[in-house]
Amino acid sequence: MNAQPIHFKPTEGFRARSKAVVDNPFLRQSFRGAMDFLMSKRAAQFPDAEELESLRTLGERIRQYNLARLPELLVQLEANLTKNGIAVHWAETPDEANEIILGICKRHSAKLMVKGKSMVSEEIELNHAAEAAGIGALESDMGEYIVQLAGEKPSHIIMPAIHKTKEEIARLFADKVPGVDYTDNVDALIQIGRNVLRRKFLEADVGLSGVNFAVAETGTLCLVENEGNGRMCTTTPPVHVAITGIEKIVEKLEHVPPLLSLLTRSATGQNISTYFNMISGPRKPGEKDGPTEVHLVLLDNGRTQAYADEQLRKTLQCIRCGACMNHCPVYTRIGGHAYGTTYPGPIGKIISPHMLGLEATATMATASSLCGACGEVCPVKIPIPDLLVRLREESFSAPHANPAMRGQGAGYSSLVTAIWRGWAAVYRSPSLYRLATWLGSRFRWLVPSDQGPWTTVRVPLKPAPRRLRDMLKERG
Amino acid sequence: MSARDRILAKLKAGAPSTAGDLPDVAGWYATHRTAESRADKTKRFRHCIELAHAEVHPVARSGWMQKLHEVLASRQIGALLVAPGSVHGARALAELPALGIDCRGYVQAIESWKPAMFNDTPAALTAARAAIAETGTLILWPDADEPRLMSLVPPLHVVLLDAANIYNTFHEAIELEGWKAGLPTNALLISGPSKTADIQQTLAYGAHGPKELVVLLMGDEQ
Repeated sequence: MNAQPIHFKPTEGFRARSKAVVDNPFLRQSFRGAMDFLMSKRAAQFPDAEELESLRTLGERIRQYNLARLPELLVQLEANLTKNGIAVHWAETPDEANEIILGICKRHSAKLMVKGKSMVSEEIELNHAAEAAGIGALESDMGEYIVQLAGEKPSHIIMPAIHKTKEEIARLFADKVPGVDYTDNVDALIQIGRNVLRRKFLEADVGLSGVNFAVAETGTLCLVENEGNGRMCTTTPPVHVAITGIEKIVEKLEHVPPLLSLLTRSATGQNISTYFNMISGPRKPGEKDGPTEVHLVLLDNGRTQAYADEQLRKTLQCIRCGACMNHCPVYTRIGGHAYGTTYPGPIGKIISPHMLGLEATATMATASSLCGACGEVCPVKIPIPDLLVRLREESFSAPHANPAMRGQGAGYSSLVTAIWRGWAAVYRSPSLYRLATWLGSRFRWLVPSDQGPWTTVRVPLKPAPRRLRDMLKERG
Repeated sequence: MSARDRILAKLKAGAPSTAGDLPDVAGWYATHRTAESRADKTKRFRHCIELAHAEVHPVARSGWMQKLHEVLASRQIGALLVAPGSVHGARALAELPALGIDCRGYVQAIESWKPAMFNDTPAALTAARAAIAETGTLILWPDADEPRLMSLVPPLHVVLLDAANIYNTFHEAIELEGWKAGLPTNALLISGPSKTADIQQTLAYGAHGPKELVVLLMGDEQ
């Protein structure tokens, strides 16, 4: 069973979903515990502040250099992949991407597609499209498998089932996996998943994966993982289809080691992942295993919009480590599902508006205290807080011609804008400010004693009966 | 216009006028990573990969077969998959049957024996092309003789590594071996047995790949 597709307006119901998590002590404990764990693991990997800072600077430089040359690198990547025997497809929208992937499946009369962890496949809702086409799509990353079995979506881009306790997973397995008795022993649970999925790897007609880095100069697709399911998906079935956003390209092979180091150390606090899988072609004549066909689908889905603006382009530097969510005080309290988007947390707030339009995501950027933790830990130095401020500006400014983003001004309210204009005028002019404070102290009795959520736990806010200015004047 | 042309046109229209200089990756490694002696590299490699739950046995260049047999015997494993076209695989095929190990060669394409590979192959022996000290990582370039699945499907993976082939960093391996001149269909970095922490951040080994990784480290006799 698959989760329901993501709604068109993720911001609708955001408050209710957040409140449900904040009110649930078990979920809060799950996220708090998991985030503390991931933060301390990351910190242990970067004992030397100078090394971390210089490596982040290098990572940022590599990503910016490669983004600046993106159009030519995509062409170079396509040429080298084609030379290596990998077929390259281009998709502007999720629908186009699904059509390409399911077309490949149909050409091979595929009944079962096994999937390695791919957030881009979540982004395009591939599992739904496959189901509708009568093709089974089975998640094989343990976390993704658990989440799919529960009919849910990942709540974290690196650890999809982070919101679930082992007892919940034990109950889920006992209910959903035939012939399994209840056990909450983690090793036993993993072995259950291993056995089920090994049978599926044997049967599968198509393997699907994401891509962490695509290397243009050699025509190579790189995948980072710990479990081995990614290698299974890319090696065992006769056909391998990889899907990636167009931004994940580096020109040089030598760009990979620093990014890999930043990725695994920032994401899970590992000095390297168990597997780093570099694929440069299908099975060659004489080779005894590996897929006989390899495809790459390059997806736009709003990335070209971010690309066109110098500031917003920095969003595309992301290497999807998830450190920003691990360190985010908002994510830690409300979890990944509350956001209602494929990518939650700080990165979700800055990338989703390009994918879904600001009409659907206008208030996402306001779910932040702008504390700056996300920008501070980002391994490629994306200025996430600055981008959040920029997105607020794009959402709430009056609609204008040639906007940088689809849905610009979607959150615009003439009343709110007028109030802030008045506020700004008062604070700019000393005489207006004097008048306003004088009025405030005279008419303080007009201030309501019920001030919404504020007064549920605090005394109402009222202007003081006497202004500081007057008190100082008295003292001489 | 195709999707390809439209995407490229949009990107070209939005691209900055200059990309700036190529990032100085080599410079960063030169100032932030030291080139260690062979003994220190070996020590670091071993320390890191053991932290990731692999087992390392230093062996003499001539004596690895004995250790391999011990590794299998201690686990009551009676069968081993090897690459008959490799020197070490041929040697295993010649010597292990006499020691009571059912030694099988990977000779047929996987299609003809996939179920046996998955259900009836408890262990495999492969070589590592090289290793990386910084992260405790084995580098494998599977080929026609020693295919990809040998290091993935059997629950026990035994790897022969020559200590002379340990690099300081991944970057050094790529540069000194000239990888950009041509990569195999599949190049692999392996840094321990398969694992997951997807259930309540509890580490469990043997998620989908090998449950155990044993390294026979040649040339590090003590």
